[in-house]
Amino acid sequence: MTEKIRKRDGLIIFSEYEKFSGLKKALSLSQDDILFELKSSNLKGRGGAGFPISTKWMLTAAAQSSEKYVVCNADEGEPGTFKDRVLLKEMPYLIFEGMIIAGYTIGAKKGIVYLRGEYNYLVNPLNEFLDEMKNENLLGENILGKDFSFEIEIFSGHGAYVCGEETALLESLEGQRGEARNRPPFPVNRGYKGFPTTVNNVESLSTVPHIIMKGGSWYSQFGTEKSKGTKLISVSGDCEKPGVYEIEWGTSIYDLLELVKAENTKAVQVGGASGVCVNKSQFDRTIAYEDLSTGGSIMIFNESRNMLAILKNFMEFFVEESCGQCTPCRIGNQKLLAFVEKIIQNEQTFSELNKIKELAETMKIASKCGLGQSSPNPFLSILENFKEEIFDSNSRGKYEHV
Amino acid sequence: MFVNEKEKILEFIDTIIDKHGIERTSLLPILGEIQEKFKCVPEFAQQRVAKIMDIHPVEVYSVVSFYSFLNVEKKGKYILRVCRSVSCDLAGKEKVVNILERELGLKIGETSADKKYTLEYTNCMGLCDEAPSLAINDQVYTKLTTEKLYQILSEIKENK
Amino acid sequence: MSMYKKERTPISHQALFVEKPAHPEDIGGSVSVKINGKDLIVPMGTTILEACRMMGYHVPTLCHHEDLCIAGVCRVCVVEVDGMKPLQASCSFPIMAPISIKTSSPKVRKARQNVIDLLISEHKGECYSCVRNNNCELQSLSKEYGVESYPYGHRTETKHKIDNTSYSIVREMDKCVHCLRCVRTCIDLQEVGVLEAVGRGDETHVGTFMEKMMSDVVCINCGQCINRCPTGALHANDPRDMIWEAIDNPQKHVIIQTAPSPRAAIGEEFGLEPGTSLTGEMNTAMRKIGFDRVFDTNFAADLTILEEGTELLLRLYKKLVLNDENVQVPQFTSCCPGWVKFVEHFYPEIIPNLSTTKSPQQMFGAVLKTYYSEKSGIKPEDIVTVAVMPCSAKKYECNRPEMNSSGYKDIDFGLTTRELAQMIRESGIYLPELEKSEFDDPFGDASGAGLIFGATGGVMEAALRTVLELVTGKKIENLFENMDIKEVRGFEGIKTLQIPVTEVGEVPEILKHLVPDWNWLKGATIKVAVAHGTANAKKIIKNIKEGGEFAGYHFIEVMACPGGCIGGGGQPIPTNEKIRSQRAKAIYSEEKILNERKSHDNPKIKKIYSEFLTEGPCGHLSHKLLHTHYTVRGREFVN
Repeated sequence: MTEKIRKRDGLIIFSEYEKFSGLKKALSLSQDDILFELKSSNLKGRGGAGFPISTKWMLTAAAQSSEKYVVCNADEGEPGTFKDRVLLKEMPYLIFEGMIIAGYTIGAKKGIVYLRGEYNYLVNPLNEFLDEMKNENLLGENILGKDFSFEIEIFSGHGAYVCGEETALLESLEGQRGEARNRPPFPVNRGYKGFPTTVNNVESLSTVPHIIMKGGSWYSQFGTEKSKGTKLISVSGDCEKPGVYEIEWGTSIYDLLELVKAENTKAVQVGGASGVCVNKSQFDRTIAYEDLSTGGSIMIFNESRNMLAILKNFMEFFVEESCGQCTPCRIGNQKLLAFVEKIIQNEQTFSELNKIKELAETMKIASKCGLGQSSPNPFLSILENFKEEIFDSNSRGKYEHV
Repeated sequence: MFVNEKEKILEFIDTIIDKHGIERTSLLPILGEIQEKFKCVPEFAQQRVAKIMDIHPVEVYSVVSFYSFLNVEKKGKYILRVCRSVSCDLAGKEKVVNILERELGLKIGETSADKKYTLEYTNCMGLCDEAPSLAINDQVYTKLTTEKLYQILSEIKENK
Repeated sequence: MSMYKKERTPISHQALFVEKPAHPEDIGGSVSVKINGKDLIVPMGTTILEACRMMGYHVPTLCHHEDLCIAGVCRVCVVEVDGMKPLQASCSFPIMAPISIKTSSPKVRKARQNVIDLLISEHKGECYSCVRNNNCELQSLSKEYGVESYPYGHRTETKHKIDNTSYSIVREMDKCVHCLRCVRTCIDLQEVGVLEAVGRGDETHVGTFMEKMMSDVVCINCGQCINRCPTGALHANDPRDMIWEAIDNPQKHVIIQTAPSPRAAIGEEFGLEPGTSLTGEMNTAMRKIGFDRVFDTNFAADLTILEEGTELLLRLYKKLVLNDENVQVPQFTSCCPGWVKFVEHFYPEIIPNLSTTKSPQQMFGAVLKTYYSEKSGIKPEDIVTVAVMPCSAKKYECNRPEMNSSGYKDIDFGLTTRELAQMIRESGIYLPELEKSEFDDPFGDASGAGLIFGATGGVMEAALRTVLELVTGKKIENLFENMDIKEVRGFEGIKTLQIPVTEVGEVPEILKHLVPDWNWLKGATIKVAVAHGTANAKKIIKNIKEGGEFAGYHFIEVMACPGGCIGGGGQPIPTNEKIRSQRAKAIYSEEKILNERKSHDNPKIKKIYSEFLTEGPCGHLSHKLLHTHYTVRGREFVN
């Protein structure tokens, strides 16, 4: 199994770890101690937005409420991302420990894993694992004899990319259409059913037990000035060794390409469909919040690929997956797609190009949620970084086939 | 739809509502179970759910129409979903679709007359490192090759 | 804060609602905000939009509506907030900490421009032929932002078929800009639940259950969605062509009756301030258009009070004295066709509580095609009855198959205030400058009681003036100062009043055949309630079903539209609480100066009971012509 090799390679998440040790240690600490360790670790949300976990938990802990919730965002829908699947499949204990520690820290009694519908085959194994944990008193009433009770439920999604957005996810949990909410109020104050809720990514939660075991300052020695620790990266596309890798923040694209044995690489899409696409001249850029930020997807395209076809694929995705409530995202993505099709037909004009770029900029700042704010990323970056290819129809391959 | 099928669905709804309760938070799990068992959430089922949960039928329809895995029209016993996202596209999704279309006699988006197969696209299933990929109901198949596809097809065809 | 916002129990949009404490102290008082460099202190929780308006900065909006909960979906009202990279929708951003805002930076202007361009690209805009030409919010926005081309295209092809299957409401989804105001009106404000957002991505649209036609859904035809639609995507089913045809046909004797609310609002269609009453001018205009007779619906309203008031007293008598099990109390009013259909769909079990009295509109029609026909010698088949109503549901009501007890359709056409204004314009008339004229005999000079039907609580007030006088034999002026029953006026969602009956009088001549005496009412307390907006009515019904306090009430008025008929679905657009209260004011001040303010004192009413309905209220002929029955519809249409 290739994944075993990767585990051995990992610095933190894929490092040696004794099941449940983080949880056991956490329950012997005070809430403040846990928050202190998290703060000093500088762990930021791994779903892509990069909000500090300690702040999120602190705000939820500080909110006055009779009920609070921990929600694990396992709606990993970003094309090209599958690192959460590996964690859910191989290391569910890390996730559940993270959730229980979160519950303990913020004062919640219930955790919900929002598992995307595409991962339905994981529901049974996860539930079985939860049952085992209950049997060992790691879940349920008075966990490990402490005055703390916590339960975890698995909630299946039904196929909607936008539900990865935390407030859309909460709407979906509440039985609604997955439409992003207005913020403020933020989930830390008014989340699931109106109660303070912390919504954390699978990977963020999985990191927590390690930080508890080894300390925040240990964790923060990895990475860069602004991006501490490591990142799980899902690598796919044109390379010899696709899969999930744990890399230190600050790793360059070039190094990563080497690691996964990619050859003749023309372009790298960092951050999934909603990320940016870089060309050869930018391969020295690094994966970090301050440079190329990513929720964990790297897609590699070699010289034979048609960038326009790839862009079309991305835009079709957004047109379909926009929740449809706000104007810039619902209509804007259709216009971007229509323009891509126009280029394919060689019918675009320069003035249209400028106007459409302006529209893309508007979408980035005027859309209601992260989906519409990031969907212009591939459009703008591919148009910018692959100009020659895109606007010279002779240098393009046949567009039908990627 | 046959009358007995309708009754079956309504009966089923009553039993699962007992389990889930009538809070709005139960709506998706309830619709999900109906979908899984009957491959659709037909009009009368939506009305029944709305009635029991005391919400407007149009709200149920609104939710059903939002999620890709919920549908009003009955789908096949086997729903074959081919991933069309970029990594699977790079790895030869087109070829997979061609074979499936030919073998099943269906175009993408169609359901066979005997309601046995539905062939459709899906967005990224998180199997990009093992592309191209295909899901048949909840079972996933990866690193598809022509040979592998024929084997999968003969398995589901035998399994009536 | 508007009552609709705080009383609402939104189901699908709850989470979008921004909470604002009634008292700033509740969460720590005020907060400072800097808008375009100027400082302002506002109560915490004030939205950016409200703060901008306080300071006099105009921020364009589209999906925002004062009556509705917040959506934040159109993104037209975006502003720049210091320290935040994305722009923020000002309608949905509550100020909870000191912030600095720019309402018109280059970034903001460009974004708004683009959003408007996008909306226009999806809107099948055919301004010339659109019912909302010159009163369209998208049109105004495009003017405000100087749209001079269609950079993202402009849709001309038809994507959705026009749905004109309903007598009342037409949907032209090609003009929809997805502001979701109709959805929030239908689900949150009215709690009817016909319209919702359906689909996802580029297929997102406002739809009905299973995309059914408007004639096949649980729509109550209240038309509140029309009043809040910013474009022409929703409008009333317009019968103008057929009315013109009748007018132009010399064979036909075309009668128009006008409800109280249109006269208080039609001025808005001609640019006047809300609350300008144009009763006399409207009469002149209708004659100029070519209507043969112009009658006042208020006459029929007086008739309704006599019938409905008598029915109430009879119900109470049968229930309390005769212990008749088949009689249900409280009695609900039945003059609002939206409310009636609401009951038929959602609470058919309370149909026995609905008064069987027809609405004034229908009653008038029945009288016109019988009594008036006889008197005037015009054959009923040559009479065409048109009703100007503030209402879209009246169009459905006049097409109910049971509304033809005279052998002819009571009312042939229901016309909204907006459509009458259109007919007036088409005739080249500028309404505000016309000379005034009176209604025609024999159905002019109605009482003020009929006039106040237009505002929520009006029917109740009119009924009480009559019922209390009939029972106590005392003048209503002695019970309520100046006859004004203030407790049932105003825009509180649910209003209640309890009136102890300390003494009773003789049974008046007109009712003698029905009850022997009033002694059984002595010492009783008459309990009445008034609700407007179906969401409020729902609360009362739920309370009754749970055996709550309203189960012990006797008479309850319900109007489906917020504010009553003055806020009806056929009234000029826009609508909001301020406009509605100005219209109500116009009605009440016009009523104050009338000579006759009680239905039972209206000489024309006395005359019709002595000449035609000789058995008195609730007699046989009344029952045939002036009362009706209802249909159990349920909330599901089964194919």
